[in-house]
Amino acid sequence: MKKIATREAYGQALVALGQENGDVVVLDADLSKSTKTIEFKKVFPERFFDMGIAEANMVGTAAGLAAAGKTPFCSTFAVFATGRTYDQIRQSVAYPQLNVKIAATHAGLTVGEDGASHQSVEDIALMRVLPGMTVFVPADAVEVHGAVAAAARIDGPVYIRLGRFPVPVLHGDDFEFVPGRAVELRQGSDVTIIACGIMVAEALQAAEDLSAEGINATVLNIHTVKPLDEAAITRAARQTGAVVTAEEHSIIGGLGSAVAEVLVENCPVPMVRVGVRDTFGESGKPGELLVKYGLTAADIASAVRAVLKRK
Amino acid sequence: MISIDPSEVRVRANRIRCHIVNMICAAGSGHPGGSLSAADIVGALYFGGMRIDPARPDWPDRDRFVLSKGHAAPVLYAALAERGYFPVEDLVSLRKLGSPLQGHPDMNKLKGVEMSTGSLGQGLSVANGMAMAAKIDGKDFRVFVLLGDGELQEGQVWEAAMAAAHYGLDNVTAFVDFNGLQIDGPVTEVMSPLPIADKWLAFGWHVIEIDGHDIEQVFRAIEESRTVEGRPTAVIANTIKGKGVSFMESVVDWHGVAPKEEQRNQALAELTERRPDR
Ligand SMILES: Cc1ncc(C[n+]2csc(CCOP(=O)(O)OP(=O)(O)O)c2C)c(N)n1
Ligand SMILES: [Mg+2]
Repeated sequence: MKKIATREAYGQALVALGQENGDVVVLDADLSKSTKTIEFKKVFPERFFDMGIAEANMVGTAAGLAAAGKTPFCSTFAVFATGRTYDQIRQSVAYPQLNVKIAATHAGLTVGEDGASHQSVEDIALMRVLPGMTVFVPADAVEVHGAVAAAARIDGPVYIRLGRFPVPVLHGDDFEFVPGRAVELRQGSDVTIIACGIMVAEALQAAEDLSAEGINATVLNIHTVKPLDEAAITRAARQTGAVVTAEEHSIIGGLGSAVAEVLVENCPVPMVRVGVRDTFGESGKPGELLVKYGLTAADIASAVRAVLKRK
Repeated sequence: MISIDPSEVRVRANRIRCHIVNMICAAGSGHPGGSLSAADIVGALYFGGMRIDPARPDWPDRDRFVLSKGHAAPVLYAALAERGYFPVEDLVSLRKLGSPLQGHPDMNKLKGVEMSTGSLGQGLSVANGMAMAAKIDGKDFRVFVLLGDGELQEGQVWEAAMAAAHYGLDNVTAFVDFNGLQIDGPVTEVMSPLPIADKWLAFGWHVIEIDGHDIEQVFRAIEESRTVEGRPTAVIANTIKGKGVSFMESVVDWHGVAPKEEQRNQALAELTERRPDR
């Protein structure tokens, strides 16, 4: 299967967007080669601004550009895009509901060798709690194109979480990205696996492996963590009676938390969250880290077996 | 050229001060010191200094004013009301439930407010963004921003100062309300931002130093900043915190407390007595 990192797709998607939308401007904080905003810079130098290593100012500047009618996309690594700039996003973007897009790359443990200082496992939580913030976590290159185009159509703040790790392309070109709508990738009656980002491919693998044991799983891909498709999640929980979530993020505050919040009110069922368990990451190869921190198809499959015992 | 008579602006600034005292007293909380120190600067901007039209607050070509020191919201509200953006009678709804006059400015609740502020250090970045949009679109509007001297302690201000010079944003004018005080004491004792003018110069800005209570000097600074090419302009305005109310002037504790009714009456009496139109 063809693999491509979501950040690669982001660079291409920005260029495509820039071609059809003259209001789009792009800001980066000295990481344009890594975030791939450099692709946009090559084609539209007059609409690209390197703001230097000054993330707070980058976000504030984007707010001003938006207040004057532009559609700014700001990019840097997720750990800086949300951590160094949380107050700027809260006060100057989310509170005034300005049309700023934060497209953060290098999210999660699969940053790899750079280690914990660069591995953001809190960003979904930080962005999800902000009123009016849309949170996209694309699972593959096709979803990135959809998310970038959708972000530009939304009049308000959007966070897009992107990765450095090549992931399989799951969708065909005819895939329609509908913000806020869960994508059912597989149907089964025993359990529902709900995943986002790079964990979607792992969830599909887990479902495949489980089917050999006679366990049939529904797989829901949540490319929009906020607003969350509560109806689809509740329906799947009701039909299968057990849920496992999977994310390359802390189990505190991320997708698992969001799903638990919905289910505890609407359809409480046995549930297990697969994710980073209240710890920082470390240096290592992405694949090694996924194994060490329990973020593989095998980990999802064991979580399924465990949750089924509680059914 | 600014055509308005400075003496008319002095009258407006005095009225703005009366509104500030009145509305903060009615609210029972708020920030009189930094609102009063900025009354002449903000008055000069809204009366003559800026290209604005109260009937068209969304006019794309209007000049913008970003109140980076958002706690001075009363001076902005008073100026907007005096200028006709909304009735002056509404000023006393300051900080009340449901009022568009939030404790700190909210651009979505009140027409004429260009940016929601309150968390110090962010306004210059936003002003820069607006100015960059003007450049991209070939528009000639100007962006004014007002910073506190204590606010200069925020690192983001200097990130933004660097960026404005780097991008040659000669359509930005930043006023520094140099009143010498912040909450915990004099700025020089808390965390000195001095020398202020040298810092902006070193960051590549055109710098003008003025008496921030002299309307003619404020007007001259605005006009000069409009002629500077290739560089943004910083106007270091020497001011007195609490200016116009004797017992508030240069008193640290009047940063963020409301006058009681008796104090309000005394303040209004002083301000009325000093009315420059009489
Ligand atoms: C980021 C941030 N930190 C702290 C505060 C609380 N605060 C409000 S006003 C103020 C002092 C501001 O001093 P200065 O900038 O000199 O303003 P002025 O004297 O003009 O009132 C502080 C610390 C805030 N609003 N924002
Ligand atoms: Mg001060």
